[in-house]
Order: sequence, then structure tokens, then C-alpha cells
Amino acid sequence: MSRLMNWRAPMLSLLVFFLGIGVWHALTLPTAAPQTVNDEYAALVGAAAATGQKSAFPTPADFGKKVWQHLNEPFYDRGPNDKGIGIQLGYSIGRVLVGYLLAALVAVPLGFLIGMSPTVYRALDPFIQVLKPISPLAWMPLALFTLKDSAVSAIFVIFICSVWPMLINTAFGVASVRREWLNVARTLEVGSFRTAFRVILPAAAPTIMTGMRISISIAWLVIVAAEMLVGGTGIGYFVWNEWNNLSITNILTAILSIGLVGMMLDLMMAKLTKLVTFAE
Amino acid sequence: MSEPLIRIEGISKQFTGRDGAVTTVFEDLHFSVDPGEFVCLIGHSGCGKTTILNVLSGLDQTSSGYVFVGGREVSGPSLDRAVIFQSHALMPWLTVMGNIAFAVSSRWPEWSREKVRKHCQEYIDLVNLTGSEKKRPAELSGGMKQRVGIARALSIRPKMLLMDEPFSALDALTRGVLQEEVLRICAETKQTVFMITHDVDEAILLADKIVLMTNGPHAKIAEIVVNTMPRARTRHDLHKHPHYYRIRNHLIDFLVDRSKAFAGDSPDYDPRHPPLVRPGLDATDAVAADVAKPLMPAKPLVAVAG
Repeated sequence: MSRLMNWRAPMLSLLVFFLGIGVWHALTLPTAAPQTVNDEYAALVGAAAATGQKSAFPTPADFGKKVWQHLNEPFYDRGPNDKGIGIQLGYSIGRVLVGYLLAALVAVPLGFLIGMSPTVYRALDPFIQVLKPISPLAWMPLALFTLKDSAVSAIFVIFICSVWPMLINTAFGVASVRREWLNVARTLEVGSFRTAFRVILPAAAPTIMTGMRISISIAWLVIVAAEMLVGGTGIGYFVWNEWNNLSITNILTAILSIGLVGMMLDLMMAKLTKLVTFAE
Repeated sequence: MSEPLIRIEGISKQFTGRDGAVTTVFEDLHFSVDPGEFVCLIGHSGCGKTTILNVLSGLDQTSSGYVFVGGREVSGPSLDRAVIFQSHALMPWLTVMGNIAFAVSSRWPEWSREKVRKHCQEYIDLVNLTGSEKKRPAELSGGMKQRVGIARALSIRPKMLLMDEPFSALDALTRGVLQEEVLRICAETKQTVFMITHDVDEAILLADKIVLMTNGPHAKIAEIVVNTMPRARTRHDLHKHPHYYRIRNHLIDFLVDRSKAFAGDSPDYDPRHPPLVRPGLDATDAVAADVAKPLMPAKPLVAVAG
């Protein structure tokens, strides 16, 4: 009985998957009766093109073929406008990681300070509250103007969008470390440095990691839009380039790969969070 | 008579409420704890028991008055005074060994890893937790957690152990077992202990002296009860001793009636020398005891200048 129950969810997932594919397939089937057009036009452009029987939107089979093609050759490089999807994803992941790690380097220590001191917390809170809701892309023109480099600007945008969740969560985690653990450290005459690393850091680690997990998801959301703007390389640029090529199949492939990479980044962070989480 | 390990002179604590009203929780408390003595403090909630313990540990400050430990005024927390917290306060990300090792390496930072481990093991064995070294607090029962708390406090070899209702969160059976262990450990180590409790039987079982506090606000020390029962006590035959019920009735009487009614305005009452009473002795015993061991007069405390 329970084994059957265990299978229910995956079976339902498969059902939803095939239903989706089926609907997709039905919607993209070529129209049954070939539409006849002007004979002269047909002679000029060829019968198949002239009938207009096939939409630019691929069938699931076309899409599958394209995905297979990309999977077989993910890293080819034939000039600036024709690079494998693997290379493009690599550029995007690289930008996200650089911007994200820079953000972590700033946000975690700063959040620590803010969390330790109620005065600093209150002093910086208005700034954080104003800066936090700004769409990271709104910074883009300012970044392009001041940094004068599109690649650096993209990284800056990732930095600015990752910094807030980490900062706020770190401050919150540090500020809400249980009083009794701090009292234990005080009665043991533990220095402030040792208290910070041996008591506050492990106690706040799960909250800090939650902030880091939120940040990486946001960073991955933002990189696509940022790369559409800065161009050149990256999965966001790829999507925009394929829109200009009107290759819906490639756009779909990119969308799928964005989703998969995003999921993997989140799973990685979930694993890391689990490492520092403690049961009470 | 030796110098008391802890001397409290005229401490009081005031809180200013949000509306600016000042509440005096307790005022003008005087008492002392001698080396090797086990002193319990009993009172209703709200009389500032935990505040007194926090003041002794150095985690909290008084509004006025002085606390001396070993002749020196307390200015902050110290490794000389270990605290056993009511909520055990173990760090959940550390193992049993890790929790105790954190305390030990704070006490002796120069010790090698191996030496710390050996020292910790000694105290894990002392509280009968052998075999649970690698467990985390979440895997332990409430009683076991409190044993770790006791081991952690003892492992730094403090001059003084401060306990804040350490067994109040435990079930009655576990509490009884742990009380006996504390009794055994204190007998073995001759540890000086100051403990807060609201359990009369616990106080009679463990304490040499029981400090009785009136209800707050403006709580005072009404009197100090000397436990006249022999120190080798067990939970088992505690109630068979003739002094037991006299002391117990005296304490219950106090908690039920006198803690409220006590005003401290009788001409004989001097907060500097709260009366020392021995309810365990009846008239004839008292005479016998007087002959055997003269009653120690409450030591006059030095008035604080200024």
C-alpha cells in the first residue's frame, strides 16, 4: 500500500508531462489541408514555403531534436553570434558566481556588524529599506556610465541584487542569537572574537545560508535580463540573439536550460544549508 | 570563622517601566555564602531570584549595593563562578563533548586537544554520561541535557556553582535522580553552591542554609533557615529524620502566608542581619545543639560607607 503511495507522485508527474507534450503536439500540428496560394508566388518561393503550413513554433519532436543537437555539441564556438549553449551558460554562471561571491564578501561581514549592534542596525535600516526594493536593472545605466564596461556592469548588477537578502538575513540571524548562548560565552569569559566565530556564527549560520539561497535564485533570475541588455555572451544574450534569428526552438532550449541550472544552483545551496543546520 | 566566599551587601534592583514608573524588585539584601556551603534561595516568582543569580554571576548589575567574591567586588562574569542555566543553554550545533570542550578550552586556552578531551571525559563520566560523548543535545533527554550543563559548569573547576532552578523543567523522577547526583558530586568535590529553587523538598535535601525571600516588589530576605539535618542525606530517608517536617512546615508556612505578610517593620528586624532560624530543632534539641555546637552569631557585616 505504502509502496504504491510512494509511486503516486512520480506517476502523476509523468502524466502531467505527457499531457503537456500532447497538448503542445496537438497545437503545433501542421494544418491538415495545404493552403493553395497564387501559382506564380508558389513557383517563386517553392511550394512548401508558399503554403505556410508550418508555424515557427516547433513541435515537441523538433524541440527534442534541437535539444539533442545542443547536447551533442554544447561547447562549439563559431564566432561571436554562434556559440554553443554550454559556453553561453558557462558565461552566465561565471558572472553570477563572481557577482554573488563579491556580494557575500561584503554582505556577510557587514550584516554581522549590523546584527551585533542595535545602533548600527537602526542607523543603516532606512538605507537598506530604500535600496532593497530597487530593481537591479535600474542600476544598469548608472553602472554602464560609471564603470564604462558592460561585462563589469553585469557583474555589478548581480552584486547589487544578491547583496540585500544576504545582508538582511545575516543581520537578522546575528541579532536573534539566543541570549543564553551569549550568556554562556560571557560566563566563560570568552573573548569577543572567539564568541563571534564559535557562538554567533554557528548559531546564525542557518539564517545566513537561507539568505544566501534566496540571493543565488535572484541572481540567476537577474542575469538573463542583464545579459539581454549588455549583450555579447551569456544565456540571456543567447535568448535575445535567437529572438532576432526567430529561432523559437533555440529560445525554448535556452528557457529549459535556464530552469535546470537555476534548480541546480538552488539544490546546491539547499545541501550547504543542511550542513550548517542544527536540530534543537 | 573563615571569610565568606560571597558577601552581598545591601543590593537592590530597580526597573524603569515604559511609563517611567520605577519598580523596585528587591532592596537592601544582605547575606553571605561560606566556602563549601550549599545555599538555596526560595521565594515566589517575581521576587527577583533570577536577577540575584545573574548579579552573582556578573551577567546583570544591581542598582545599588555590592557583591564581593573572595573579598573582591564583582565587576563582570568570571570563570570562577560557573552557571547552570534553567534551560541548560547547550549549544545545539556541538556534541556533548564539544559543549564541554568549549568551556574547558575557554578556561585553559593553552591546553592541547588531547588534554582537553581527557579532562572533558572525566566530567562526562562524573555525571554518568559515558557513551553519549558524540551525541548532540537534540538527541538527549531533558535530564541528560542538564547533566551536560552540570558537567560543563564543573569542568572549569569554578570556586562557586550558581544554579538557576536547574531541575524545574524536568519530570519528578529525573529530578530526584539528578538531585542525588548533585548531592554526591558536591560531597565529592566540596563545591560551594548557590541555587535558586521553588521546591521546598529540593532545598531541604540539598541546602545547608535556605534563604527565604518575601514577595516582590520590594522583596526582602525575611530570614535564613539553617538546615540542621546531617549532611549525609538521601531522598530515601530524608522524611524519616525528626527535623524534616519541622523545617518543611516552617518553609511551607512561610511561602503560603508569611512571604506575603512580612513587612520587615518589626523593631527586631535588621535587613543587615536577617534572622538565622533553626526550625528543625525543638526546645530540647536546641539546648542540646547549643551545647554541642554553639550557635554562630550572624556575622556583623561591614556597613558600606557612602
